[in-house]
Amino acid sequence: MKSIDPMRREGEADGTDPAGTAAQPACAAPVRPRRFGLRWLWAARVRAWRWLVRFLRAALEPVIEWTIRLCGWSAILFVVAIFVFVFYWASHALWGGLDLVEFFTSPNWRPTSDVRPQYGILALMVGTLSVTVLAMAIAVPLGLGAAVYISEFCSGRPKETLKVVVELLAAIPSVVWGFIGYMVLGPIIMDLTGAPVGVSLLNAGVVLALMSVPIIVSVGEDALKAVPDSYREAALAMGASRWEVVYRVLFPAAKNGLLAAVLLGVGRAIGETMAVLLCSGHAIQIPHSVLDPVRTLTATIAAELGETVEGEMHYSVLFLIGLVLFAVTFVVNLIADLVVKGIRRENAG
Amino acid sequence: MRTPVDAGLDPRGERASAGQDLFAPSAWERWKGVKEKVARLVFLGMTLALVLPVVVIVGYLIFRAWPVLSLSFLLENPRNYMTAGGIWAPLVGTFCLVFFSLLVAAPIGILAGVYLNEYARDNWLTRIINLAVMNLAGVPSIVHGLFGVGAFVMFAHMGRSVLAAACTLAVMSLPVIITSTREALGAVPMAFREACWNVGASRWQTVRTIVLPNSISGMLTGVIFEVSRAAGETAPILFTGAVFFAPVPDHGWASLFPYGPGDRCMALSMHLFTLATQVRDAPESIQYGTAVVLMGLILAVNGLSIGLRTYLRSRKRW
Amino acid sequence: MDAHIRFNQVSVRYGARPALGDLSLEIPKNEVFGIIGPANSGKTTLLKCINRTIDFVSSARVTGHVLVGGEDVYRIRNVCSLRRRVGMVFPLPVGLPLSVYENVAYAPRRAGVYGRRELDALVETCLRQAMLWDEVKDRLRMLGTRLSGGQQQRLTLARALSHRPEILCLDEFSIAIDPVTTMKIEDILRELKQQMTIVLVTNLVQQARRLADRTAFLSGGRLIEVDQTEKLFEHPAERLTERYVNGDFG
Repeated sequence: MKSIDPMRREGEADGTDPAGTAAQPACAAPVRPRRFGLRWLWAARVRAWRWLVRFLRAALEPVIEWTIRLCGWSAILFVVAIFVFVFYWASHALWGGLDLVEFFTSPNWRPTSDVRPQYGILALMVGTLSVTVLAMAIAVPLGLGAAVYISEFCSGRPKETLKVVVELLAAIPSVVWGFIGYMVLGPIIMDLTGAPVGVSLLNAGVVLALMSVPIIVSVGEDALKAVPDSYREAALAMGASRWEVVYRVLFPAAKNGLLAAVLLGVGRAIGETMAVLLCSGHAIQIPHSVLDPVRTLTATIAAELGETVEGEMHYSVLFLIGLVLFAVTFVVNLIADLVVKGIRRENAG
Repeated sequence: MRTPVDAGLDPRGERASAGQDLFAPSAWERWKGVKEKVARLVFLGMTLALVLPVVVIVGYLIFRAWPVLSLSFLLENPRNYMTAGGIWAPLVGTFCLVFFSLLVAAPIGILAGVYLNEYARDNWLTRIINLAVMNLAGVPSIVHGLFGVGAFVMFAHMGRSVLAAACTLAVMSLPVIITSTREALGAVPMAFREACWNVGASRWQTVRTIVLPNSISGMLTGVIFEVSRAAGETAPILFTGAVFFAPVPDHGWASLFPYGPGDRCMALSMHLFTLATQVRDAPESIQYGTAVVLMGLILAVNGLSIGLRTYLRSRKRW
Repeated sequence: MDAHIRFNQVSVRYGARPALGDLSLEIPKNEVFGIIGPANSGKTTLLKCINRTIDFVSSARVTGHVLVGGEDVYRIRNVCSLRRRVGMVFPLPVGLPLSVYENVAYAPRRAGVYGRRELDALVETCLRQAMLWDEVKDRLRMLGTRLSGGQQQRLTLARALSHRPEILCLDEFSIAIDPVTTMKIEDILRELKQQMTIVLVTNLVQQARRLADRTAFLSGGRLIEVDQTEKLFEHPAERLTERYVNGDFG
């Protein structure tokens, strides 16, 4: 008598079914031979079909899991690949006799000179640094202030609206920011300060600040949200005003997260290309005032790569600048990551 | 009812008999209240200092772009060395680039996110992968452009083409898609997975039947968000496939799909850059118009992603 | 006494923290075997070793042998089939985000059962066994997560029964549900023990007394005493056991 329990196990210790997807019902499909002699063919066909389905299902699952595994490892592959390819093309400069000391210490960037091409990036590094410092000087107080306001001083509809506005701020692409700096802010600066050119360190700094603020606000807000409510309640119960709660309790408690927010903003500012290309100017010099035009490392690559030929020294040096940028942002992100890990360890401990 | 005398504020009942309200704030408390209001205003001011300039600037852009904004602006090709006409070719180019780049990035990114959240153990390999994702996210866009040139244009012999530019954008999009996939998967409670494992479902079966169906909407939100980011990027496509001018037919079927994988294309972000820096006598309204269309496109897609996220929060199945 | 499950000097560590220390235990067939003990005594870890769900905890290191029906569980190639031989009910009721019907049909489907009639019959059988059929029979399409806590716990029981296990493990099943549902489930367990071995982990000492045939007392990851329930409660051999069953600690 056939069992009517479909879960009745048959062929239990069958090692050929790693996914365990077998256990077909006990009643097989009825064999209906049309003519004597075809009976065997029918039965064989059904058996073969069932075997194929079981085999495919069992074979497909490890294939899928391996595909998933490979995709997971792909992130490492891509980071390494970026390094390898940029390094490969940059190395042509090194084999071609580039003086590394001059590279890092000379402010003379004259790659197209007929007399003697010079590849000193000091002015460019100072440009990147000065734009970043100015941008952070504006963005960090504003961003952290906004993070505090959104996190502590408002709630409900205004809070949701502000958060949406900050996200939309983050969505504006860098080329549009650059356009704004170039077309809108430039003339304003020229009018207000009488500077001869609108594109300058100041212009780029302000634009970059507005671009970096959203990341500082959102990461900072996360850091403040992570501070347990019990801290706030304890401070309020002891009679602290809300400002005191922020200043004396939240900032010390969330300092790692806030630091990570600032570092991520710095990383963003250092790596920004199109906005600074459009608003920082074309003069490759060490700036003496905020109204001077400057050039950053990123803008130099973007501006000059199109005019070089593959294999030329100039071309390879631009790749070398890319390598320097890669290394710097790698380090900044590593530090930010360690800082965040420091928070997790503190919170867990 | 407790009186101030009982509450210990006035043990000998002196101030009460003098008619003073004992629960009124003291001078020190009033000063603290003032400090609190000032602090609140300062922080509000900081927030407004961010929000207002942007609102003003965006409004100004729209104002300057107004004469040019119309359907024909969107549908016409640039004419007369970009000093007239519309932005159809760059618009289509941007769509092509973003579409192809997500075609590559979305499967890899989603599967990588599935691996990291569902399969990866807590060991050194996983830590390195997490570090790699974080660093991939932090690589400057121009370095992505250099990588694209070195790897796709040169090494893979794709030449400057839509394919090379799309691959470069795909590598740039990967970390965002991985992160948003992990968030979407992480939102599914662990209890569901444990329940499935305990009844004999394998890891993949659990992922396929319970985890993925309940997180696919979160992943979609991430992909849509990445669309808006990729559409605005210029540096990665500057040297890998986007060009100054790549004419497309004005009408007919070919005008909808003008770019093949091997062709060079125009792109909206590059077009704005070109108009602002390399085209003489480009009318300012066209420049503002391009900027507004690009920004509007991105904000619309971003808004769609935010809206989808809000809608999904209200529809949870547990 | 025919041991259905046997633990041979099993130790489990979560990283540096020991959870089970050198445990040797035999669980006989077709009985209710109770396991009692204070918090953190390794009771849940013990259950996880039976169906190898301990594999999903990254930091867990298991030494020793666990044998189910005479086979070492780590030598069974098809882990999923092992897990289908063991049913598990957790402390917190878990309804999968599927319809009630699909909740119970989940395990059979994964095991390859497709026939509609077979699934219908199976779902009804299991829901009847879990004493949930009458309450949900016209609501089979409803989302499982919308049931009440007591109903979800019975749904979990039905799901555990749907793959016809030989062993049913319950880990403090009553802590999150009402007393009426608890009593119903206890009645179900009394009926089920004729068909399967039941391992009942509980922190309600009286529940073990009501249901279990034999009881083991664990503390700090070690097996302190195991005996017939009545004897364990009336005349425990160890002082620690006596203190625990009298409510002095835990």
